[in-house]
Amino acid sequence: MSSLPWKELLGGALVGAAASILLAVNGRVMGISNITGGLLRPRPGDSAWRLWFLAGLLGAGLISRWIAPSAIYPSPAPSWLLVGAGFLVGLGTRVGNGCTSGHGVCGISRGSVRSVVATLLFVGAGMTTVTLLRLARGG
Amino acid sequence: MKPSSLVHSAGALTAGLVCGAGLLLSGMTVPSKVLHFLDPLGAWDPSLAFVMAGAIAVYAFAYRLISRRSAPIAAPTFSTPPPTRIDPKLIVGSLVFGVGWGLSGYCPGPSLISLSSAALPVTLFVLAMAIGTTAGMLLEQL
Repeated sequence: MSSLPWKELLGGALVGAAASILLAVNGRVMGISNITGGLLRPRPGDSAWRLWFLAGLLGAGLISRWIAPSAIYPSPAPSWLLVGAGFLVGLGTRVGNGCTSGHGVCGISRGSVRSVVATLLFVGAGMTTVTLLRLARGG
Repeated sequence: MKPSSLVHSAGALTAGLVCGAGLLLSGMTVPSKVLHFLDPLGAWDPSLAFVMAGAIAVYAFAYRLISRRSAPIAAPTFSTPPPTRIDPKLIVGSLVFGVGWGLSGYCPGPSLISLSSAALPVTLFVLAMAIGTTAGMLLEQL
């Protein structure tokens, strides 16, 4: 059984547990792009929980610096490319109304066909992009 | 602060911490690992599929249990998204997101966790992501 990727499974289970907490306590879907994107056009009384969630993500990152310093690693992409990629991720998740957590985890879990389609499309587009980049580099 | 708003804040903070811990443990904050997951015809690392599998296994079960409640613990109602159609916005948006993901190895959650390192490249990514989100909001108003 050592061939099973236990860290990935357990990490995923924690993500599912986090989404369960947010739904049970706050009645909210844990779509990270929507939670944090909502801070950019704040509505009265709707920002505090978003900021607390973001603080949790950042806090987890800070804690990991002590207990698992290699858990956060920089992207191999150059900074100019990261700027373009960040813009596409922000734009795409807004227009498509969700990202890996909202569509890929929460949407699929509740049987949303829309989220299954979105997930197949963004994973497919990601795979196509990586493959074309590798071929362009002569890999 | 009312007790319910204290629980509301604590719920969101706990969810953020647990979600962050899960993404860190699973390797989602290592962009090169993500890029190998997105490279099925190259040096493919399929292990990140188990992150989604583990998350869906837990949440699909919990969702059914929690949905039986008439209201969440610290909010008046559930704010679940309304059922919508598969429209061009969903298709184009998801494709655009996927291209950005494949160029960088970052989706929104891991990029925000990585922002805690205060490194310039990921900070630029997150700033550009905020600009992209704002551009998407402006597009919706056209």
